[in-house]
Amino acid sequence: METPDNEKQEYNITVYTENQIGLLNRIAIIFTRRKINIDSLNTSPSEIESIHRFNIVITESEEVVRKLTRQIEKQVEVLKVYYHTNADVIWQELALYKVSTDVIAEKVSVERLLRENGARVVVLRKDYTVFETTGHREETDNLISILQPYGLIEFVRSARVAIIKDSEGFNSKLREFERLEPGEDVVENEYLNQGQKVFTM
Amino acid sequence: METQTITQELGESTKVKTPTIEVSGSVALLEALIVEGVETIFGYPGGAIMPIYDALYDYNNKLNHILVRHEQGGIHAGQGYARTSGKVGVVFATSGPGATNLVTGLADAQIDSTPLVCITGQVFAHLLGTDAFQETDVINITTPVTKWNYQVTDATEIPEVIAKAFYIAKSGRPGPVLIDITKNAQIQKFNYEGYVKCNHIRSYRPKPIVRPQYIQQAAELINQAKKPFIIWGQGVILGSAEQEFKAFVEKSGIPAAWTVLGAGAIPTDHPQNVGMLGMHGNYGPNVLTNECDVLIAIGMRFDDRVTGRLDKYAKQAKVIHLDIDPAEIDKNVKSTVPVWGDCKETLPLLTALVEQKPHTEWLNLFNEYTQKEVEAVIYDELNPTSGEMTMGEVIKQLNDITKGEAVIVTDVGQHQMVACRYAKLNKTRSNVTSGGLGTMGFALPAAIGAKFGAQDRTVVAIIGDGGFQMTLQELGTIMQSGVDVKIIILNNRFLGMVRQWQELFNDRRYSFVDIQSPDFVMVAKGYGINGKTISEREHLASALNEMLDHKGSYLLEVMVTKENNVFPMVPQGCSVSEIRLK
Repeated sequence: METPDNEKQEYNITVYTENQIGLLNRIAIIFTRRKINIDSLNTSPSEIESIHRFNIVITESEEVVRKLTRQIEKQVEVLKVYYHTNADVIWQELALYKVSTDVIAEKVSVERLLRENGARVVVLRKDYTVFETTGHREETDNLISILQPYGLIEFVRSARVAIIKDSEGFNSKLREFERLEPGEDVVENEYLNQGQKVFTM
Repeated sequence: METQTITQELGESTKVKTPTIEVSGSVALLEALIVEGVETIFGYPGGAIMPIYDALYDYNNKLNHILVRHEQGGIHAGQGYARTSGKVGVVFATSGPGATNLVTGLADAQIDSTPLVCITGQVFAHLLGTDAFQETDVINITTPVTKWNYQVTDATEIPEVIAKAFYIAKSGRPGPVLIDITKNAQIQKFNYEGYVKCNHIRSYRPKPIVRPQYIQQAAELINQAKKPFIIWGQGVILGSAEQEFKAFVEKSGIPAAWTVLGAGAIPTDHPQNVGMLGMHGNYGPNVLTNECDVLIAIGMRFDDRVTGRLDKYAKQAKVIHLDIDPAEIDKNVKSTVPVWGDCKETLPLLTALVEQKPHTEWLNLFNEYTQKEVEAVIYDELNPTSGEMTMGEVIKQLNDITKGEAVIVTDVGQHQMVACRYAKLNKTRSNVTSGGLGTMGFALPAAIGAKFGAQDRTVVAIIGDGGFQMTLQELGTIMQSGVDVKIIILNNRFLGMVRQWQELFNDRRYSFVDIQSPDFVMVAKGYGINGKTISEREHLASALNEMLDHKGSYLLEVMVTKENNVFPMVPQGCSVSEIRLK
């Protein structure tokens, strides 16, 4: 990255962990202890059974993020931590919008609305309709402002999920952890070798 | 079969799952402790841990349980034990207040990397979250201050969890582990198949892989250096790398200084040992940190009390940092060469590549600074001829008698800095103090544990009049266990370190530092412990001899000058080169 070490920007922190009660708290307090706000947090099972993946978004300098990732990786039940700028990932947030079917059918060109915002209808009932979009924050925000005049009933947005552009070999590396004994080829701390950066594959 | 444990009866081959014996979770726990080599437990019973104590009744001849007077005393004793023995300290406490009383000790052990396994009782699993009697969310309270913690709600988990607990506590960078066991799991019977020690957890990397290229780069920097300087910390002791460290120091010829927790890894009077770092450290090591060209940090974490103002710390130097914990590298001080790994492995590799050099002139420069410090501070502190006694002269007299063979346990404050500066230490694992957390009240219970961890050594606790009053109930533990601990109270009738800061930085506004004390000798007498108070210099040597010759514990109160200051001093927010001699 060209950005200087101390300039703040959004970072996507990806954490692979065991599925363990209390681990969310153990990870969260690493941020709260330093009074760092978590902008977005998503946790769900990864493609490997029993391994979970956290996606955490914070706005900080790279130096702070690097130190945080090392503190997270130090936790006994954390397998691996990576961090990336927004330029290094493809990310999406999912949003659901509930509106009155009557109003929307009467006053809005639903077809245009769906087309222009890449939205789709999830539920269509006599009393209400639920739209869904995925995209960056601006995109999901945009549909709020469009629907607001037509009596938006309820809105919800998911945390961010991000896929890393340069992640060749991630899956096979994770599978290595399934083995009980550490193999010769598992290099546990590859990122350390990079001096400056947390390991990116 | 009185002498055999259930685990021994089951035999070594635990992979064959046929022979099983039905035991309770409590018995499985105690069996696990025995296989892990635990001999001493510090603890205090209570409602939610009663099944474990009931099982302990039958294990009295295999496990030595020391009944403490407060759980904080129990955990500090566990820390003292771990520090002198190099083994894992084991502590029992009950749920609720028993568990919360451990928190200070956990925080202390976490920041000072002390291996502990704490077992807390917990209410029945079906009562969790109901605000039951003595229920506390111990796991969440202790998460920030433990290396690992876990709640057991089913007895069948116990062998595996305890095995993990010991492995995590002592491997890599050591630390405290807390296992919370609900009462139903303590009572529950299950088919016990034996105990297998843990040596691998897939998500846990206790030590980074050693990278030969960094060793190579580090050696090149060291070989080119004109004024290299070694600073070492407790990592050398925790890694049992004292011999490897000594070999490195002696071959490279480089002057070496220590952090408070690193003291004693090589003897105090080793010719290349140039003294203590940090706020109240020695003159030369502080000033010359900002003059060296290569700074070699070994098993230390650049605490703010060591570095002073960071942006003026060793900016001229290339920094080589050896540490087992990757999170410490570049945390406070940016390294030129990070030597990841266990220093027991990395140091010999480095020693093989460094050239033998005398560095005489550079070493002499340290000695010149030492001379200045002796003239300005040390001589008068150690050899006063008039006025009230100083803390320093007590330590000096003690050195003269023990010849540096004793374990020195200190509390927190002025006496701690004086003791760390002047105590002569011939052996490793001789300095037990609360370094990172600065826990007043640490010394008395820690000294009890230190003695159990090093039974053939003399243990001397040096404590201030303030700190002693924080945990003096542990005199009861001394009385009941019969442990032999020598206690010196350096009484200046003040909370001395805070008073010193108030004098220097707050215009002598002595706000609540004037502390009154009971008659300590009478208090000790109440616990059946002999003691004496002295205030005259002429009685010091004989009183120390009397204390050390006494069979069993002894309390010696020494009245010292009220308003002495510890110097040198790097005032907070100042650079190490701005160290003050007065």
